[in-house]
Amino acid sequence: MSHDHSLNPETMPHEPEKATLEGKNKFLGFWFFLGGETVLFACLFGTYLALKESTAGGPTTNDLFGLELVFIMTILLLTSSLTSVYAMYHMKNNNFKKMQLWLGITAVLGFAFLGCELYEFNHYIHEYGFTFRSSAFGSAFYTLVGFHGGHVTFGLLWLLALMIRNAKRGLNLYNAPKYYVFSLYWHFIDVVWVFIFTVVYLMGKVG
Amino acid sequence: MAENTNSNEVNPYQKRKNKLEMQKQLITFALMILFTIIAFVIVATGMMQKMFVIPVLLILAIIQVAFQFYYFMHMKDKGHDMPALMIYGGIWAALLTLAGLGVITWW
Repeated sequence: MSHDHSLNPETMPHEPEKATLEGKNKFLGFWFFLGGETVLFACLFGTYLALKESTAGGPTTNDLFGLELVFIMTILLLTSSLTSVYAMYHMKNNNFKKMQLWLGITAVLGFAFLGCELYEFNHYIHEYGFTFRSSAFGSAFYTLVGFHGGHVTFGLLWLLALMIRNAKRGLNLYNAPKYYVFSLYWHFIDVVWVFIFTVVYLMGKVG
Repeated sequence: MAENTNSNEVNPYQKRKNKLEMQKQLITFALMILFTIIAFVIVATGMMQKMFVIPVLLILAIIQVAFQFYYFMHMKDKGHDMPALMIYGGIWAALLTLAGLGVITWW
Protein backbone atom coordinates (compact mmCIF):
# COMPACT_ATOMS: atom_id res chain seq x y z
CA MET A 1 0.00 0.00 0.00
CA SER A 2 2.98 2.29 0.49
CA HIS A 3 3.11 3.40 -3.12
CA ASP A 4 -0.23 5.16 -2.62
CA HIS A 5 1.20 7.16 0.22
CA SER A 6 4.64 8.20 -0.92
CA LEU A 7 5.72 11.52 0.48
CA ASN A 8 7.11 14.54 -1.25
CA PRO A 9 6.93 18.24 -0.40
CA GLU A 10 3.56 18.59 -2.16
CA THR A 11 1.88 15.61 -0.51
CA MET A 12 3.55 15.73 2.91
CA PRO A 13 0.78 16.10 5.51
CA HIS A 14 1.42 18.01 8.76
CA GLU A 15 0.97 14.89 10.83
CA PRO A 16 1.97 11.89 8.71
CA GLU A 17 1.31 9.56 11.65
CA LYS A 18 -2.39 10.41 11.65
CA ALA A 19 -3.00 10.99 7.95
CA THR A 20 -4.49 7.54 7.28
CA LEU A 21 -7.35 5.74 9.01
CA GLU A 22 -4.94 2.98 9.99
CA GLY A 23 -2.63 5.57 11.53
CA LYS A 24 -5.47 7.19 13.48
CA ASN A 25 -6.58 3.80 14.79
CA LYS A 26 -3.05 2.86 15.84
CA PHE A 27 -2.68 6.18 17.63
CA LEU A 28 -5.92 5.72 19.62
CA GLY A 29 -5.37 2.03 20.24
CA PHE A 30 -1.89 2.65 21.52
CA TRP A 31 -3.04 5.26 24.03
CA PHE A 32 -5.63 2.74 25.23
CA PHE A 33 -2.82 0.22 25.69
CA LEU A 34 -0.80 2.80 27.67
CA GLY A 35 -3.80 3.33 29.97
CA GLY A 36 -3.73 -0.41 30.66
CA GLU A 37 0.04 -0.36 31.21
CA THR A 38 -0.49 2.36 33.84
CA VAL A 39 -2.71 -0.04 35.80
CA LEU A 40 -0.21 -2.90 35.38
CA PHE A 41 2.63 -0.84 36.82
CA ALA A 42 0.38 0.52 39.59
CA CYS A 43 -0.19 -3.09 40.73
CA LEU A 44 3.56 -3.72 40.80
CA PHE A 45 4.24 -0.44 42.64
CA GLY A 46 1.49 -1.18 45.18
CA THR A 47 2.92 -4.66 45.79
CA TYR A 48 6.42 -3.25 46.17
CA LEU A 49 5.31 -0.61 48.68
CA ALA A 50 3.45 -3.21 50.69
CA LEU A 51 6.40 -5.63 50.80
CA LYS A 52 9.50 -3.41 50.88
CA GLU A 53 9.91 -3.67 54.66
CA SER A 54 9.65 -7.49 54.56
CA THR A 55 13.38 -8.12 54.16
CA ALA A 56 13.52 -11.42 56.12
CA GLY A 57 16.75 -10.29 57.82
CA GLY A 58 18.42 -9.59 54.46
CA PRO A 59 19.69 -6.26 53.13
CA THR A 60 17.29 -3.31 53.27
CA THR A 61 16.72 -0.64 50.63
CA ASN A 62 19.15 1.64 52.45
CA ASP A 63 21.93 -1.00 52.46
CA LEU A 64 21.53 -1.87 48.79
CA PHE A 65 20.89 1.22 46.75
CA GLY A 66 23.56 3.62 45.54
CA LEU A 67 22.36 6.95 44.17
CA GLU A 68 25.24 7.47 41.70
CA LEU A 69 24.31 4.63 39.35
CA VAL A 70 20.60 5.46 39.56
CA PHE A 71 21.35 9.07 38.67
CA ILE A 72 23.35 7.99 35.61
CA MET A 73 20.54 5.63 34.54
CA THR A 74 17.97 8.40 34.98
CA ILE A 75 19.95 10.82 32.83
CA LEU A 76 20.49 8.14 30.15
CA LEU A 77 16.79 7.33 29.90
CA LEU A 78 15.64 10.94 30.11
CA THR A 79 18.07 11.92 27.34
CA SER A 80 16.89 9.02 25.19
CA SER A 81 13.37 10.40 25.59
CA LEU A 82 14.58 13.74 24.20
CA THR A 83 16.40 12.09 21.29
CA SER A 84 13.19 10.33 20.27
CA VAL A 85 11.44 13.73 20.35
CA TYR A 86 14.15 14.88 17.91
CA ALA A 87 13.43 11.85 15.75
CA MET A 88 9.72 12.76 15.57
CA TYR A 89 10.67 16.38 14.81
CA HIS A 90 12.61 15.17 11.77
CA MET A 91 9.73 12.88 10.81
CA LYS A 92 7.42 15.91 10.69
CA ASN A 93 9.99 17.68 8.51
CA ASN A 94 10.04 14.63 6.22
CA ASN A 95 13.73 14.02 6.84
CA PHE A 96 14.05 10.24 7.00
CA LYS A 97 17.84 10.06 7.39
CA LYS A 98 17.96 12.38 10.38
CA MET A 99 15.02 10.55 11.93
CA GLN A 100 16.90 7.25 11.66
CA LEU A 101 20.03 8.89 13.07
CA TRP A 102 18.23 10.18 16.17
CA LEU A 103 16.45 6.87 16.65
CA GLY A 104 19.87 5.21 16.47
CA ILE A 105 21.12 7.50 19.25
CA THR A 106 17.98 6.63 21.23
CA ALA A 107 18.80 2.93 20.85
CA VAL A 108 22.41 3.45 22.01
CA LEU A 109 21.21 5.29 25.13
CA GLY A 110 18.63 2.57 25.75
CA PHE A 111 21.30 -0.16 25.57
CA ALA A 112 23.54 1.85 27.92
CA PHE A 113 20.63 2.04 30.39
CA LEU A 114 20.05 -1.69 30.10
CA GLY A 115 23.77 -2.37 30.65
CA CYS A 116 23.70 -0.32 33.87
CA GLU A 117 20.65 -2.22 35.07
CA LEU A 118 22.28 -5.61 34.42
CA TYR A 119 25.41 -4.43 36.24
CA GLU A 120 23.22 -3.28 39.15
CA PHE A 121 21.34 -6.60 39.46
CA ASN A 122 24.59 -8.54 39.14
CA HIS A 123 26.10 -6.39 41.91
CA TYR A 124 23.17 -7.04 44.27
CA ILE A 125 23.26 -10.77 43.63
CA HIS A 126 27.01 -11.26 44.02
CA GLU A 127 27.92 -8.63 46.63
CA TYR A 128 24.84 -8.88 48.82
CA GLY A 129 23.39 -12.30 47.94
CA PHE A 130 20.16 -10.39 47.28
CA THR A 131 18.07 -12.39 44.81
CA PHE A 132 14.48 -12.82 43.69
CA ARG A 133 14.09 -15.53 46.37
CA SER A 134 15.83 -13.72 49.27
CA SER A 135 12.72 -12.10 50.70
CA ALA A 136 9.32 -10.67 49.83
CA PHE A 137 11.15 -7.38 49.29
CA GLY A 138 13.50 -9.13 46.84
CA SER A 139 10.62 -10.61 44.84
CA ALA A 140 8.73 -7.31 44.72
CA PHE A 141 11.87 -5.34 43.79
CA TYR A 142 13.01 -7.59 40.95
CA THR A 143 9.46 -7.93 39.61
CA LEU A 144 8.86 -4.17 39.49
CA VAL A 145 12.29 -3.04 38.25
CA GLY A 146 12.70 -6.15 36.09
CA PHE A 147 9.34 -5.56 34.40
CA HIS A 148 10.49 -2.07 33.52
CA GLY A 149 13.82 -3.45 32.24
CA GLY A 150 11.84 -5.98 30.21
CA HIS A 151 9.87 -3.14 28.68
CA VAL A 152 13.13 -1.40 27.76
CA THR A 153 14.45 -4.61 26.17
CA PHE A 154 11.25 -5.12 24.19
CA GLY A 155 11.30 -1.46 23.12
CA LEU A 156 14.89 -1.75 21.86
CA LEU A 157 14.11 -4.87 19.83
CA TRP A 158 11.01 -3.17 18.43
CA LEU A 159 13.02 -0.07 17.51
CA LEU A 160 15.78 -2.06 15.78
CA ALA A 161 13.17 -4.07 13.85
CA LEU A 162 11.48 -0.85 12.68
CA MET A 163 14.74 0.85 11.71
CA ILE A 164 16.13 -2.13 9.80
CA ARG A 165 12.86 -3.10 8.10
CA ASN A 166 12.21 0.42 6.84
CA ALA A 167 15.82 1.44 6.16
CA LYS A 168 15.45 1.23 2.39
CA ARG A 169 11.78 2.18 2.21
CA GLY A 170 12.11 5.73 3.43
CA LEU A 171 9.32 7.52 5.21
CA ASN A 172 5.78 6.98 4.01
CA LEU A 173 2.28 7.09 5.43
CA TYR A 174 2.41 3.35 6.04
CA ASN A 175 5.39 3.40 8.41
CA ALA A 176 5.06 6.90 9.93
CA PRO A 177 2.40 5.70 12.45
CA LYS A 178 4.67 2.78 13.41
CA TYR A 179 7.53 5.12 14.26
CA TYR A 180 5.23 7.52 16.08
CA VAL A 181 3.66 4.79 18.21
CA PHE A 182 7.14 3.57 19.12
CA SER A 183 8.06 7.06 20.32
CA LEU A 184 4.96 7.10 22.54
CA TYR A 185 6.01 3.74 24.02
CA TRP A 186 9.52 5.01 24.68
CA HIS A 187 8.25 8.11 26.48
CA PHE A 188 5.96 5.93 28.56
CA ILE A 189 8.96 3.84 29.64
CA ASP A 190 10.54 7.04 30.88
CA VAL A 191 7.33 7.95 32.74
CA VAL A 192 7.50 4.62 34.59
CA TRP A 193 11.19 5.15 35.35
CA VAL A 194 10.48 8.56 36.92
CA PHE A 195 8.28 6.78 39.45
CA ILE A 196 10.79 3.96 39.92
CA PHE A 197 13.69 6.27 40.73
CA THR A 198 11.46 8.32 43.03
CA VAL A 199 9.52 5.59 44.83
CA VAL A 200 12.05 2.75 44.84
CA TYR A 201 15.47 4.38 44.99
CA LEU A 202 15.07 7.88 46.45
CA MET A 203 12.34 6.95 48.93
CA GLY A 204 14.32 3.79 49.72
CA LYS A 205 17.28 5.95 50.71
CA VAL A 206 15.14 8.23 52.85
CA GLY A 207 13.80 5.33 54.84
CA MET B 1 8.20 2.98 -3.07
CA ALA B 2 10.31 4.34 -5.87
CA GLU B 3 8.21 7.50 -5.68
CA ASN B 4 9.55 8.21 -2.23
CA THR B 5 11.51 11.35 -2.75
CA ASN B 6 12.33 11.88 0.91
CA SER B 7 13.31 15.41 0.10
CA ASN B 8 13.97 17.61 3.11
CA GLU B 9 11.65 20.31 1.86
CA VAL B 10 8.49 20.97 3.79
CA ASN B 11 6.27 23.99 3.52
CA PRO B 12 8.38 26.78 5.17
CA TYR B 13 5.56 27.93 7.46
CA GLN B 14 5.17 24.40 8.80
CA LYS B 15 8.93 24.03 9.16
CA ARG B 16 9.11 27.19 11.27
CA LYS B 17 6.23 25.95 13.40
CA ASN B 18 8.00 22.63 13.93
CA LYS B 19 11.13 24.49 14.97
CA LEU B 20 9.26 26.58 17.55
CA GLU B 21 7.69 23.38 18.87
CA MET B 22 11.15 21.82 19.19
CA GLN B 23 12.36 24.81 21.25
CA LYS B 24 9.50 24.22 23.69
CA GLN B 25 10.49 20.56 23.90
CA LEU B 26 14.08 21.54 24.75
CA ILE B 27 12.88 23.84 27.54
CA THR B 28 10.76 20.94 28.82
CA PHE B 29 13.82 18.68 28.82
CA ALA B 30 15.90 21.27 30.72
CA LEU B 31 13.17 21.58 33.36
CA MET B 32 12.91 17.80 33.70
CA ILE B 33 16.68 17.50 34.24
CA LEU B 34 16.44 20.31 36.81
CA PHE B 35 13.64 18.55 38.73
CA THR B 36 15.62 15.30 38.66
CA ILE B 37 18.72 17.02 40.06
CA ILE B 38 16.67 18.74 42.80
CA ALA B 39 15.15 15.37 43.82
CA PHE B 40 18.56 13.65 44.00
CA VAL B 41 20.17 16.57 45.86
CA ILE B 42 17.42 16.61 48.49
CA VAL B 43 17.97 12.91 49.21
CA ALA B 44 21.78 12.85 48.88
CA THR B 45 22.34 15.77 51.27
CA GLY B 46 19.59 14.74 53.70
CA MET B 47 18.70 18.42 53.96
CA MET B 48 15.01 17.87 54.62
CA GLN B 49 13.06 16.11 57.35
CA LYS B 50 11.75 12.67 56.47
CA MET B 51 8.16 13.81 56.89
CA PHE B 52 8.55 16.45 54.16
CA VAL B 53 10.89 14.63 51.80
CA ILE B 54 8.44 12.01 50.52
CA PRO B 55 5.63 14.44 49.51
CA VAL B 56 8.18 16.76 47.88
CA LEU B 57 9.72 13.87 45.90
CA LEU B 58 6.27 12.71 44.77
CA ILE B 59 5.27 16.22 43.68
CA LEU B 60 8.52 16.58 41.68
CA ALA B 61 7.84 13.19 40.02
CA ILE B 62 4.25 14.12 39.14
CA ILE B 63 5.35 17.43 37.58
CA GLN B 64 7.99 15.59 35.52
CA VAL B 65 5.50 13.01 34.34
CA ALA B 66 3.00 15.75 33.41
CA PHE B 67 5.71 17.38 31.27
CA GLN B 68 6.42 14.03 29.64
CA PHE B 69 2.74 13.43 28.80
CA TYR B 70 1.77 16.96 27.75
CA TYR B 71 4.92 17.97 25.87
CA PHE B 72 6.95 14.91 24.83
CA MET B 73 3.83 12.86 24.10
CA HIS B 74 1.92 15.91 22.74
CA MET B 75 -1.15 15.58 24.96
CA LYS B 76 -1.34 19.41 24.96
CA ASP B 77 -1.98 19.40 21.19
CA LYS B 78 -5.32 19.36 19.40
CA GLY B 79 -7.01 15.99 18.83
CA HIS B 80 -5.76 14.44 22.08
CA ASP B 81 -9.09 14.24 23.91
CA MET B 82 -9.36 10.48 23.56
CA PRO B 83 -5.71 9.86 24.60
CA ALA B 84 -6.29 12.08 27.65
CA LEU B 85 -9.44 10.10 28.48
CA MET B 86 -7.57 6.80 28.15
CA ILE B 87 -4.58 7.83 30.24
CA TYR B 88 -6.67 9.51 32.95
CA GLY B 89 -8.88 6.41 33.00
CA GLY B 90 -5.72 4.37 33.50
CA ILE B 91 -4.49 6.73 36.24
CA TRP B 92 -7.88 6.48 37.98
CA ALA B 93 -7.77 2.67 37.97
CA ALA B 94 -4.12 2.85 39.07
CA LEU B 95 -5.01 5.05 42.07
CA LEU B 96 -7.82 2.66 43.05
CA THR B 97 -5.37 -0.25 42.84
CA LEU B 98 -2.82 1.55 45.01
CA ALA B 99 -5.53 2.55 47.50
CA GLY B 100 -6.81 -1.03 47.63
CA LEU B 101 -3.36 -2.52 48.20
CA GLY B 102 -2.59 0.19 50.77
CA VAL B 103 -5.78 -0.47 52.71
CA ILE B 104 -5.28 -4.24 52.94
CA THR B 105 -1.66 -3.72 54.03
CA TRP B 106 -1.79 -0.92 56.60
CA TRP B 107 -5.39 -0.50 57.75
